[in-house]
Amino acid sequence: MKFKSVFDIIGPVMIGPSSSHTAGAARIGRVARDLFGKQPTWAKIYLYGSFAETYKGHGTDKAIVGGLLDYDTFDERIKTAFEDAAQAGLTYEFIPETAHTEHPNTTRIVIGDESREMSMVGISIGGGKTEITELNGFPLRLSGDLAAILVVHEDRSGCIASVSNCLAKYNINIGHMEVSRREKGNMALMVIEIDQNVNEQILKEISDLPNITQVTRIAD
Amino acid sequence: MEVLFRNVRELVERATRENKLISEIMIEQEIMITERSREDIMAQMDRNLTVMEEAVEKGLRGVQSTSGLTGGDAVLLQNYLKKGNTLTGELMLDAVSKAVATNEVNAAMGTICATPTAGSAGVVPGTLFAVKNKLNPTREQMIRYLFTSGAFGFIVANNASISGAEGGCQAEVGSASGMAAAAIVEMAGGSPAQCAEAFAITLKNMLGLVCDPVAGLVEVPCVKRNAMGASNSLVAADMALAGVTSRIPCDEVIDAMYRIGQSMPSTLKETGQGGLAATPTGRWLESKIFGGAVVGSGN
Repeated sequence: MKFKSVFDIIGPVMIGPSSSHTAGAARIGRVARDLFGKQPTWAKIYLYGSFAETYKGHGTDKAIVGGLLDYDTFDERIKTAFEDAAQAGLTYEFIPETAHTEHPNTTRIVIGDESREMSMVGISIGGGKTEITELNGFPLRLSGDLAAILVVHEDRSGCIASVSNCLAKYNINIGHMEVSRREKGNMALMVIEIDQNVNEQILKEISDLPNITQVTRIAD
Repeated sequence: MEVLFRNVRELVERATRENKLISEIMIEQEIMITERSREDIMAQMDRNLTVMEEAVEKGLRGVQSTSGLTGGDAVLLQNYLKKGNTLTGELMLDAVSKAVATNEVNAAMGTICATPTAGSAGVVPGTLFAVKNKLNPTREQMIRYLFTSGAFGFIVANNASISGAEGGCQAEVGSASGMAAAAIVEMAGGSPAQCAEAFAITLKNMLGLVCDPVAGLVEVPCVKRNAMGASNSLVAADMALAGVTSRIPCDEVIDAMYRIGQSMPSTLKETGQGGLAATPTGRWLESKIFGGAVVGSGN
């Protein structure tokens, strides 16, 4: 079931005008920032389908930039996100695409700073609900509703066990877990949805494990 | 995932068997799925209700959207109501004006609560605050109105769609109107089965409704579709309370809505390319708005 809570239906409380094109867009932007771990200094935002056709009218552009600035769906500062981005040192570019995507409200957000970059695909599935479907080329399915840890690692035996052992040590329960890889024996991605937020120390401990390349998290 | 209901039939059967309100089943399921306390869940819905109240009040004082396409109609309707000479009656037009008020605030980038979406956010609160004057509910009953609406919306969202880009306006204002109709019936003392009949009757009469916003903005025709959605739900609620039933079961109506949405061309699904958006006036308004750089240009 895509929609789990009554507050997915009666909610979110948000700045208008569109739950999918404004609130959902803000959420996707915010998840991108979360996954990047800090505010990026530049962003290239590719828009597909209905997003590409109507983003200006729905304030989709302001909402995504607002999300990258860590604004929630009900944050009135979404209205001034462009001015705020200039203040915060974030440059951005919107690129409407004509390619057909599986979902009509799709965006690919590429963000970075002077040292690294990240690419993420998000879809807005209605009523403000979103899903992240790709991260740095790895397919995944992440709602963004629950706290989650994303671990990029070498595709070797024992990796998954060592990460889950570490979480078990801190009594952190795994709600849902997925592993994907681009090709056998290369890099892989673990997506672990958990019941509570994890602190910096646990993240550090996981990233120090053998064969772990990168660890990021999404707060609840 | 363990749930108490997956479709309308299961929802009505459970409520009837356990002699409970539909709102109660929704609350119980929310407790079960989220493991939050009843008090916490009721408090969150109370806050959403307050957001809706404030949006209606703001809209009735008068707002204007950035594009200038919408705003001020809620005020016109309230002034007309005060003259006391309406054709459709006070409650009906009161609901219409409050639905319009909410969507005018939404179009003006104000704060609203999506029910189930922002473009269709007027119907549920509009009808609630109008029916309130007739039925004098407690605060808890008003909160329950939102859970009853939510129960039906939950089913539509999971079994069909509540997205205009996926299913057209029938999925948004159609769903919202059905949700409101069911909630009105519960508040008026109707049975769970009558709630389902009201939902089915409402949605049946909004099947095929396309999503064709002028200039891609959630304004024309969205605001007035919320007005008509509110009136549709009030009439359907009265029909269900009178004992009228839908010949097509509620779940099959929802399924039909989904399949109609699937076969709709994308020009009529929130792309701003077909329908009213593609009329000469729709195109003219679009060029006037974006040509004049009234709305943010994106850089």
